Amino acid sequence: MSEPLLVVDKLSVHLPCGDRIVRAVDEVSFTLQRGQTLALVGESGSGKSMLCRAIMGLLPGRARLPAPGRIVFAGQDLGVLKASERAGLCGRRIGMVLQDPLSALNPVMKIGRQIAEPMRHHLGMTRVQARERSIELLRAVGIAQAETRIDCYPHQLSGGMRQRVVIAIALACEPQLLIADEPTTALDVTVQAEILDLLARLQRERNMAMILVSHNLGVVAGRAHETAVMYAGRVVEQAPTAELFARMRMRYTRALFDAIPRLDDPAQAMLTAIGGQSPDLAALPGGCSFAPRCARAEERCSDQAPMLVSDGHARHRYACWFPCAVGATA
Amino acid sequence: MSATGCSIRACGGGASRVDRKAGGVFWLAVAWLALVAVLAVSAAWWPLPAPDQIDWVRLTAKPGDGGHLLGTDNLGRDIAARLLFGARVSLFVGFLAPCIGLLAGGLLGILAGFYRGTIDALIVVVIDTLLAFPRLVLLLVVAFVFGSSLFSLTLSLGIVIAPSLALIVRALTIRIAEREFILAARAAGANDAAIILREILPNVLMPMLVYMLVMTGLVIVAEGSLGFLGLSVASPMPSWGGMIAEGRDVLAEHPHVSMIPAAVMFLTVLAVNLIGDRMRGWLDVRESQL
Amino acid sequence: MNDADTLLRVENLAVEFPAGNRGRVRAVADVSFDLARGEALGLVGESGCGKSSLARAIMQLPRPTSGTVALDGEKLTALDAANLRSLRPRFQMIFQNPAASLNPLRTIGRAIEAPLRTLGRHDAAERTRLAREMMAAVGLDPLQFYERRPSQLSGGQCQRVSIARALMTEPRLLVCDEPVSSLDVSIQAQIINLLREVQQTRGLSLLFISHDLAIVRHLCDRVAVMYLGKLCEVAPVGALFSAPRHPYSRALLAAIPRLDPKHRPAASDLLPGEPFSPMDSIEGCSFRARCPRAREDCAVQQPELCEIGAGHLVACHHPS
Repeated sequence: MSEPLLVVDKLSVHLPCGDRIVRAVDEVSFTLQRGQTLALVGESGSGKSMLCRAIMGLLPGRARLPAPGRIVFAGQDLGVLKASERAGLCGRRIGMVLQDPLSALNPVMKIGRQIAEPMRHHLGMTRVQARERSIELLRAVGIAQAETRIDCYPHQLSGGMRQRVVIAIALACEPQLLIADEPTTALDVTVQAEILDLLARLQRERNMAMILVSHNLGVVAGRAHETAVMYAGRVVEQAPTAELFARMRMRYTRALFDAIPRLDDPAQAMLTAIGGQSPDLAALPGGCSFAPRCARAEERCSDQAPMLVSDGHARHRYACWFPCAVGATA
Repeated sequence: MSATGCSIRACGGGASRVDRKAGGVFWLAVAWLALVAVLAVSAAWWPLPAPDQIDWVRLTAKPGDGGHLLGTDNLGRDIAARLLFGARVSLFVGFLAPCIGLLAGGLLGILAGFYRGTIDALIVVVIDTLLAFPRLVLLLVVAFVFGSSLFSLTLSLGIVIAPSLALIVRALTIRIAEREFILAARAAGANDAAIILREILPNVLMPMLVYMLVMTGLVIVAEGSLGFLGLSVASPMPSWGGMIAEGRDVLAEHPHVSMIPAAVMFLTVLAVNLIGDRMRGWLDVRESQL
Repeated sequence: MNDADTLLRVENLAVEFPAGNRGRVRAVADVSFDLARGEALGLVGESGCGKSSLARAIMQLPRPTSGTVALDGEKLTALDAANLRSLRPRFQMIFQNPAASLNPLRTIGRAIEAPLRTLGRHDAAERTRLAREMMAAVGLDPLQFYERRPSQLSGGQCQRVSIARALMTEPRLLVCDEPVSSLDVSIQAQIINLLREVQQTRGLSLLFISHDLAIVRHLCDRVAVMYLGKLCEVAPVGALFSAPRHPYSRALLAAIPRLDPKHRPAASDLLPGEPFSPMDSIEGCSFRARCPRAREDCAVQQPELCEIGAGHLVACHHPS
């Protein structure tokens, strides 16, 4: 296998908050090959957005990245880059799609200019070149009548359209890595499927690597090569997506899976909810952080934190003392 | 948004650290304002000459001369005593005029922002007219009608700042009125008066308190400017503005006559603004948690 | 359904908004349906289809442009303001945005009491007792949460507060406008279960609005599918999910994310393009531009809701 595009190694993100430290991301490691999609799944507050922002270099100023955490992008350790070099990477080689397409666009600027801006800035294109490329990009993200739509303002477009524009902006400089942070959470179900398919198609066509973030396991099911489930800042289970759905081991993954309303269980049945709240990241309990909400938790779970281990499948790792039995999932 | 999400944002990055460093200055400002207020209230009880008592021997005496702590003005009146009594005027006007302005402007602003439509259009026309009217002329008109008493000065300054406060309250009200908790109150059967009083008013008042302090600073300075034009309270009642104005004639030879009241006014306005800034900081934290 | 069972009857409801200088937007056009006592009806459609406008028109917030809404035979649309207020305790609403639907300055306990105070029911001590009881009923520990403010709560907890507040007046009808779409899936399930529990234990009628059919399936007895201001299919849950007849219902169903990595929805069921804007005046079927089954007659005549099975109504010239 060739050199991976992105290596995240024991990365932690700490946010000092008064006298306390919020451990937003805690020793997360993964690698991402070119042309592959990694899904990050977890509840809000599980650290998945902070992880994305750390990779983009867009952390809040007070955030600390304690040693030995490293992010290596295309062979380059991002930690040793100067701020200006880092900024050159963002938007050019790493693109980002955010959750809310309305607040991600500048309401008083025509969308054409918003797409053209990064190309003129990073690639030094002229106004005319950038406009032509913008029209091409709008077509590529499936916007009909791109020539006229390019002069629209964001409020003249529907939510799905706006998200397509945001994707076009992220793609403008042909990034090698696209980070999509909850790209469909603010959208309707019908539009969600289209946007996810669009992202998958673009990723294939351009041989991009993609990090797809969602709180819904159903969203990533058919669309990611690999899936990592995060809880309280840690990766608690990670596997190739098909393997993960076939043999879920970690209790939290299973609970997330069960919480999603399905079309094949009896109508009007009670849903299997996860009780309680996600934990306070500034005061994490010792041991497994999911233990207080886990039905199977025993004394050992709150004493000792489980490490990521693999059994059977080499690329399937999970952190659980009492994993689900293999073959228990549908 | 989860509870942890809240706690991350509530920290608000650098702001809280700056706040802590600025803490000393903030308490200094509070102390100064408290001192001025206490001295203003207790002005009559200090062993000082009466503010209109003229010391014929010592005109424009330097501070410390002949038992005059801060000297005398060009009519030989004790500056320290006049400062204390003048503080009454400044503080009275400074705190009451914004209240009058908020009462009048706030009422109009809430009604306009809550009902929109025709009522809004009418009120906005009134506000725009008042804003287009030269302030000084407005003040002259009120002074002409009500005479140049402390009350009429306060009233006229209140009327002058009411339109801008009305616009701010209107904008706040519009923003709050479209929140869903207003609909929820309606769904529970609350009538307009209950919604305005219980749901909108508290949410408008919080941010308005900060504006009020900004206005206090502005009004104290405005009183000073009016004193300069002879439009403040009538002599011999002392006011800081009037004192600065009276020192104008002897500014070159005896600068302290103008400079002492000017410095006191400067410090007071600065203190009010510092407190206002700090309160805005608290408010921002609250807002960001929503 | 006989009249004694009917709690809510909506007839020919229309909602229009002024839209700049371009005249008016029809957000809801000629919608009629009944809701029985203790029944849960799901109202499903994309954003902009008018489902929120319909919910608010039923709540008389504001009153609809035309048509009637009758609760227990009492025509809400014909009542004056005072009489309407006296009936409000009987129908309550839960909103989409959990944080925005609570007054940020008010403690949780006082927010839940507020409806009783508005009505002037009970004394202060009794109101507090009832509020604490209700907090416990929706899964919020009164000791821990009574004195907290909305900013100290998570989205799911805020939504529990909204539910508690709506239940304080002992309503017969609860209108829920996308109450879970801004929540994480794990929290969604908690709130859905809670709504289901209170609906069943209190015999409430529920009008549950969502863009997600999968959720509706767990909570509702019947489903109404809405497209651009009109109902296009109304059916019992079982019938709609096993045999959807309107092409738009099929598309909504196909779009639900599946928990199966190998699952691929049939391309014929997915919708190309975006919906018409309600600003456009449309002749014929408003869905035809995105409809895989559209033919010439769809452009000529607007389809009406017709009964094609037991309690199964469809507005389509060519149902599948």
